[in-house]
Amino acid sequence: MSNLLKEKLGYDKTFDCVQCGYCLPACPTYETMEKETHSPRGRINLVKMVAEGKASVEDMREPIEKCLGCMACTTVCPTNVQYGAILEGAKQVLDEEKPRRLVEDFFFQTFFPSSKWMDALGNATWAYQKSGLQKISQRFGLTKKAPLPIHEFEAALPPMPAPKKRRGRADRYIRKRPSVAKVGFFQGCVMDSVFFETNQNTVELLLRSGAEVVFPEGQTCCGALHAHTGKVDASIELAKQNIEAFEQEGFDYIVNNAGGCGARLIEYHHLFEEGTEWHNRAVRFVECVKDISEVLVQLDGLVFEKTMDRTVTYQPSCHLQNVQKVTSEPLALLQKIPGLELRELDRPDFCCGSAGVYNIVNYEDAMDILDVKMQDVCGVDPDSVVTSNPGCLLQMKLGIEREGVSGKIDSVHLVDLLLEADPQPK
Amino acid sequence: MEEWLKEMQGLFPEERVLTSIADRHSYSFDASFGEHLPDAVVQPKDKQEVATVLKLANAYKIPVHPRGSGTCLSGGPLPVHGGIVLDLSQYPAEIDLRPRDLTVTVTPSVLTANINKEAEKHGLMYAPDPSSAHVATIGGNLAENSGGPRGLKYGVTKDHVIGLEVVTPEGEIIRTGGQTIKNVTGIDLTKLIVGSEGTLGVIVGATLKMMPKPPAVQTLMVAFDEVRRAGEAISQTLISGILPAKMEFMDQACIVAVENFQPVGLPTDAAAVIIIELDGHPETLRVERGLIEEIMEEMGAKEVIIPKSDDEATKLWHARKQVSPAIAKIKPTKVSEDATVPRSKIPDFMDQLELIKEKYDLEIVAFGHAGDGNLHPNILCDKRDVEEMKRVEKAVEEMFEAALELGGTLSGEHGIGTMKAPFMELELGEVGLDMMKRIKDSWDPNGILNPGKVFPEKGQKLVLHHE
Repeated sequence: MSNLLKEKLGYDKTFDCVQCGYCLPACPTYETMEKETHSPRGRINLVKMVAEGKASVEDMREPIEKCLGCMACTTVCPTNVQYGAILEGAKQVLDEEKPRRLVEDFFFQTFFPSSKWMDALGNATWAYQKSGLQKISQRFGLTKKAPLPIHEFEAALPPMPAPKKRRGRADRYIRKRPSVAKVGFFQGCVMDSVFFETNQNTVELLLRSGAEVVFPEGQTCCGALHAHTGKVDASIELAKQNIEAFEQEGFDYIVNNAGGCGARLIEYHHLFEEGTEWHNRAVRFVECVKDISEVLVQLDGLVFEKTMDRTVTYQPSCHLQNVQKVTSEPLALLQKIPGLELRELDRPDFCCGSAGVYNIVNYEDAMDILDVKMQDVCGVDPDSVVTSNPGCLLQMKLGIEREGVSGKIDSVHLVDLLLEADPQPK
Repeated sequence: MEEWLKEMQGLFPEERVLTSIADRHSYSFDASFGEHLPDAVVQPKDKQEVATVLKLANAYKIPVHPRGSGTCLSGGPLPVHGGIVLDLSQYPAEIDLRPRDLTVTVTPSVLTANINKEAEKHGLMYAPDPSSAHVATIGGNLAENSGGPRGLKYGVTKDHVIGLEVVTPEGEIIRTGGQTIKNVTGIDLTKLIVGSEGTLGVIVGATLKMMPKPPAVQTLMVAFDEVRRAGEAISQTLISGILPAKMEFMDQACIVAVENFQPVGLPTDAAAVIIIELDGHPETLRVERGLIEEIMEEMGAKEVIIPKSDDEATKLWHARKQVSPAIAKIKPTKVSEDATVPRSKIPDFMDQLELIKEKYDLEIVAFGHAGDGNLHPNILCDKRDVEEMKRVEKAVEEMFEAALELGGTLSGEHGIGTMKAPFMELELGEVGLDMMKRIKDSWDPNGILNPGKVFPEKGQKLVLHHE
């Protein structure tokens, strides 16, 4: 086997795995797919077998593609195996072996990095919802005819703001002078189109906390979805663009509100070789990257006085929790809301099955995982499930629909719930 | 495709007979050494299905290797002769607890820690606590006769089993023992099967003993300037009328490794530390704690540290758990042994390890359950370094010889499997080993159940290197 392949696969890193199996109870796919082949230990071993020429690249395709990438295994691994790096290496090798598909190229080369396309998505969603087409097509099952299980997800989409409102957003906000901190806002692609209101609410919370908020021009997609599907080169290009965009002014924080994007942003320095100029620039970028919950806790500029008579549970984004290691902040913020009862899930660290585009590409498998999650949610019986990532939010909405409890339980982004509680500046 | 496999596929749903390259590789290893590709992996869901597999395997003389979660440290589930891996981890997990009898009946796939979790709801405990209890299945624990830190006071798995349901190698289902604490009816087949490493039958059910959960625990850490002195202090404690639940030992190399890995404030200048856990009523614990402090002072301890809170105590035990991963940072390959000596011989055994370490110029560290003589000498090496691995093989052999000379045994709790099989005759003698083999042969006339384990094959030697 060529050394290049070994290197790409992270062959040397596979030796950190002592095959103790401590990752098994943490892995959602090992639980639902019921075999070692779909466990972290099994996948690492397969990568090693491929690198040693004992199995072919195709042999590892299914197990690698069916990994959620939730990284729960890395939090229990006693030897700190760099599972993320091994997984991404394997995906890159798989991607290179695969005949190109036009649809996918469009998706990743044009659609996700483009704010124009994201605008179009947001606008189209708005028009679709407003025109009554949504009701009609839902009634006749038109979306069910789509090639991917889009119909399941489109029912879960939030109401869209009008295109005019989205275009009308400023790129610089300041309410209190001098501001307590200067925040560069990473808007994200899905967040800024489909979840536009959540972005606006994030800005409002930051302003009330006394911060100044800027939307730097030239920022683009974080590249997480590209990296998850093995398109490493594309994801490096996107990283460079973002680093450049946020270098234009000095920011105290680079804030995002999507666990998945944040996890990508804080690992930008891993994309470049140590000692290079890009690595240094990435390190400076990464030092400022924070999830909105961290910044709100650090600024500590809000008082919550309005009582909210509601029971909620928190479904952490895996990437926020396992990669960004942000665990206590969202809970601390929720606990500030008077009257709000917070009930913890039995297994909050078990992925909901959303995992980037996993629930679209591996729909059936994602639903098996979602069913496990929903059993836990229904056991807790909350009024709302609070999440911290757009993918999780949609997936939870879908889970609520599937369980037939949509009248009883709803799903909400942490930011939206916090603003609903109407906190005031201190 | 081979005839037997075709027949097997006809008997089971497609998704429970795994034959793809990816699936076969995924069951080719455990947490020990070696890699052996099975022809198929079968996942039975009830005892009749287990019997079906064994009957078919007997008819075609195909090896069957039972497997739980694959956390074994001695190679128990490795399919060294190919054939079938019988994956019992997907068997339905059932825990039937009878608090009034202080017993629990479980299926083989139940994770060991879950038994204790269930017991605690009733103020009871299931005592054996191998560090992999949250991953390992009780079936695997029974087959390997696993131990754990609490073994000092409460013994190993075999001391807690009163009955089994077993599928014999020929595919018959039998029960051994029963539900009662006392049971002397006939030859004790229960004890025979526990620890037989899957060579005599496939365990499909077990009735286990539970005990009252001690109302309180007290942790102490004692640091020493000399390893020998630490060993002597352990012996002194145990003859002074106190039986701690755990007495764990860490040498300086381990202390330093943990502090480099995840610092908790262990004394890195100490030659060794002992971490002790007492359990019982709070009043008793107060008295015993005072006594231990006195003994340790008399024995010349450098320092006795008593954690100020439960949190601090938890941190100390966490540090102990971190030894294994922390030392893996010294070098990537860990050859972990569990040779055990009479407790009074711990200091002598430590001296021997030091000599072996120098002789073969290897990184050897020692930690483990010193209170019951069950040390875990670990050799840190790199399996890509052939020359070093050959030295490791020799060092392991000498380690075993040293332990046996001191009146000890090859394995305290990990089992023999593939790795220690070559040394069996050294401990048991030719006739002793032959008597064991005769039992195996009469239970399993076709030799299909977990061949290549426990008993050495002709001329078998310990091989850790790959040319």
